[in-house]
Amino acid sequence: MSYNLNHLKELEAESIFIIREVAAQFERPVLMFSGGKDSILMVHLARKAFYPANIPFPLLHIDTGHNFPETIAYRDELVASVGARLIVGSVQEAIDQGKAVEEKGFNASRNYLQTNVLLEELEKGKFDAALGGARRDEEKARAKERFFSHRDEFGQWDPKNQRPELWNLFNGKKVFGEHFRVFPISNWTELDVWMYLAMEKVPLPSLYFAHKRPVFEREGTLLADCEYITKRPEEQAAVEEKMVRCRTIGDMTCTGVWESEAATIEDIIKEVSIARKTERGGRTDDKRSETAMEDRKKQGYF
Amino acid sequence: MTDYKNMELLRFTTAGSVDDGKSTLIGRLLYDSKSIFEDQYEAVRQSTERRGEEGVNLALLTDGLKAEREQGITIDVAYRYFATPKRKFIIADTPGHIQYTRNMVTGASTANVALILIDARHGVVEQTRRHAFIASLLQIPHLVVCVNKMDLVDYKEEAFERIKADFEEFSYKLDVNDVHFIPISALMGDNVVDKSANMPWYGGSTLLYYLENVHIGSDYNFIDCRFPVQYVIRPNTDEYHDYRGYAGRVAGGVFKKGDKVMLLPSGFTSKIAKIDTFDGEVEEAYPPMSVTMLLEDDLDLSRGDMIVRENNTPEIDQDVEVMVCWFNERPLQVRGKYAILHTTQDVRCIIKEVRYKLDINSLHRNEEDKQIGMNDIARVVIRTTKPLFHDSYRKNRVTGSVIFVDESTNETVGAGMII
Ligand SMILES: Nc1nc2c(ncn2[C@@H]2O[C@H](COP(=O)(O)OP(=O)(O)O)[C@@H](O)[C@H]2O)c(=O)[nH]1
Repeated sequence: MSYNLNHLKELEAESIFIIREVAAQFERPVLMFSGGKDSILMVHLARKAFYPANIPFPLLHIDTGHNFPETIAYRDELVASVGARLIVGSVQEAIDQGKAVEEKGFNASRNYLQTNVLLEELEKGKFDAALGGARRDEEKARAKERFFSHRDEFGQWDPKNQRPELWNLFNGKKVFGEHFRVFPISNWTELDVWMYLAMEKVPLPSLYFAHKRPVFEREGTLLADCEYITKRPEEQAAVEEKMVRCRTIGDMTCTGVWESEAATIEDIIKEVSIARKTERGGRTDDKRSETAMEDRKKQGYF
Repeated sequence: MTDYKNMELLRFTTAGSVDDGKSTLIGRLLYDSKSIFEDQYEAVRQSTERRGEEGVNLALLTDGLKAEREQGITIDVAYRYFATPKRKFIIADTPGHIQYTRNMVTGASTANVALILIDARHGVVEQTRRHAFIASLLQIPHLVVCVNKMDLVDYKEEAFERIKADFEEFSYKLDVNDVHFIPISALMGDNVVDKSANMPWYGGSTLLYYLENVHIGSDYNFIDCRFPVQYVIRPNTDEYHDYRGYAGRVAGGVFKKGDKVMLLPSGFTSKIAKIDTFDGEVEEAYPPMSVTMLLEDDLDLSRGDMIVRENNTPEIDQDVEVMVCWFNERPLQVRGKYAILHTTQDVRCIIKEVRYKLDINSLHRNEEDKQIGMNDIARVVIRTTKPLFHDSYRKNRVTGSVIFVDESTNETVGAGMII
């Protein structure tokens, strides 16, 4: 007799349990969708959780207006194929209406503007639980984050007021006006995510795979050449076409691209596992700027 | 490349007194299993240098908790991850300080293995007993005692054997059946990932080898069928017009298509028509799978109900005795009312009686002092508003556990193990 799940199936079972728990315990959940692999995984898991019914809550995308066009195309296709309802919160609209002020200069970014638009959308939709695709392995500070993370009526996280989580018992009780952020893939690592997406053959945005694109270098990071970035003359002069791919997907203004030949998910898994080793040899600058960028995104998003 | 479809998941918790070397050991496991990114390593190397120490202080890799302890911020369970080609590991890292019984209990609740550290120079201390007791109370299936800092006792066999004997002398009274002892030096790396050349007298496995190979296939209960209904799936589409699926996670036993089942609380019987998943029908479902059950008869189950086998039912009772570990500054109120969460049920209860408070160092049952405050462990009698479908915690950690919620603050104030 052998009743054994492999580690990916066990992670999947845990995440599905938590997603169903959200649907059962909350009145108006919403799934925060950023377009990256973690939120693609979340949508996939949510589909599995409620099959053959549709996902019983909408997806919420905060569109900065600076997305890669591929991200938006992928999002719309995904939404259509899973039959989900999509809500888009637009940073551009907030700027046009004078609710937000655009940053200026070479490093201008809309990351910080996202937070307010997100909070406004959550309030507008009266959502009491927002599902997010954050993982505990992303950074030290996240190592203690709960699956069910309690927020007060101002949407704030109080580290002292987080509830202990034991066994499979999740306490989503709250008073009117409070809400929860819920992180069903807390226990997944980056490598788990890639392995699982490969095992499940989940289609991914083309940005994750090597493709030719005009790029230029800024402070050790390659950026995609686009109209949203103000370039210095020497940067403009140095624009050239390279084989690159994205390791994370965010705004064009701040998402670094990487020289790579990875054409399949299996290639990416290889790259991610090898990257761990060569990184030990000393390419710290790249790594650091990458996580720094993720962090900024996360501050806004989670 | 790793055959990632054949990796297993193992969860373990670490416990030790302050300075026994827990952070160093975790750092060593992460580092030697190549789970550290260069930037993390570089940051640690630099802070080691800033502190004027030699080499690289691996303890700084998991520094988060310590810094907080110094600043007096809430101390808590932190989760860390690493993997080898055989297994993915989730570490529930809990601070060892005396007041944090509640954190250890939290970390232990889902663990397959408890790792207890002992400083070879100090041997078994009060905290060791406490940790071993919590591991047994929480029914962690496997216990590994790491006798650390062997380098400081000249790697002597006698030091190790003496501690082993001391530990066994008190642990035989505890409900732990699988205990392993490993002499290590977290700092030097002896017997952590690589076998030690300094302790030829030790014939056992290294810590990592143990963690990679300990048999966890029987950690769940595969005998007593329990399926708490979590959510009812009713697609409003033409294609699935009559579909009524009971979604949930198998809490015990192996369910097969065609099995005759009994439904609680109604007591009606039916047969499993289909066990459904997004990836298609499955023939059988076992813990910890998340599946959707379809029954042959049109019965109206809802969240909190349970699907079981007719000839093997759980206890169905409103009067339940539990060992409770209290988590809140506000003490447990006798005659007080609390909400409790049990499987997918959400009911209310009244604390009828405190039978005794347990001194977790001496295991003495104190029937006089019934003031149950934060970090105390006590045996209590509760009465619930609706019957709980439960097993003893010893028999099944899923159907035997409850949490207590204070209805005025919504905080989780206690964890209970049903006796
Ligand atoms: N000699 C020696 N020192 C150790 C060993 N393990 C840890 N230490 C030292 O013991 C001290 C406390 O270790 P640390 O990992 O911070 O302990 P924690 O409080 O349990 O996390 C540090 O100075 C470590 O360098 C060991 O195996 N041998």
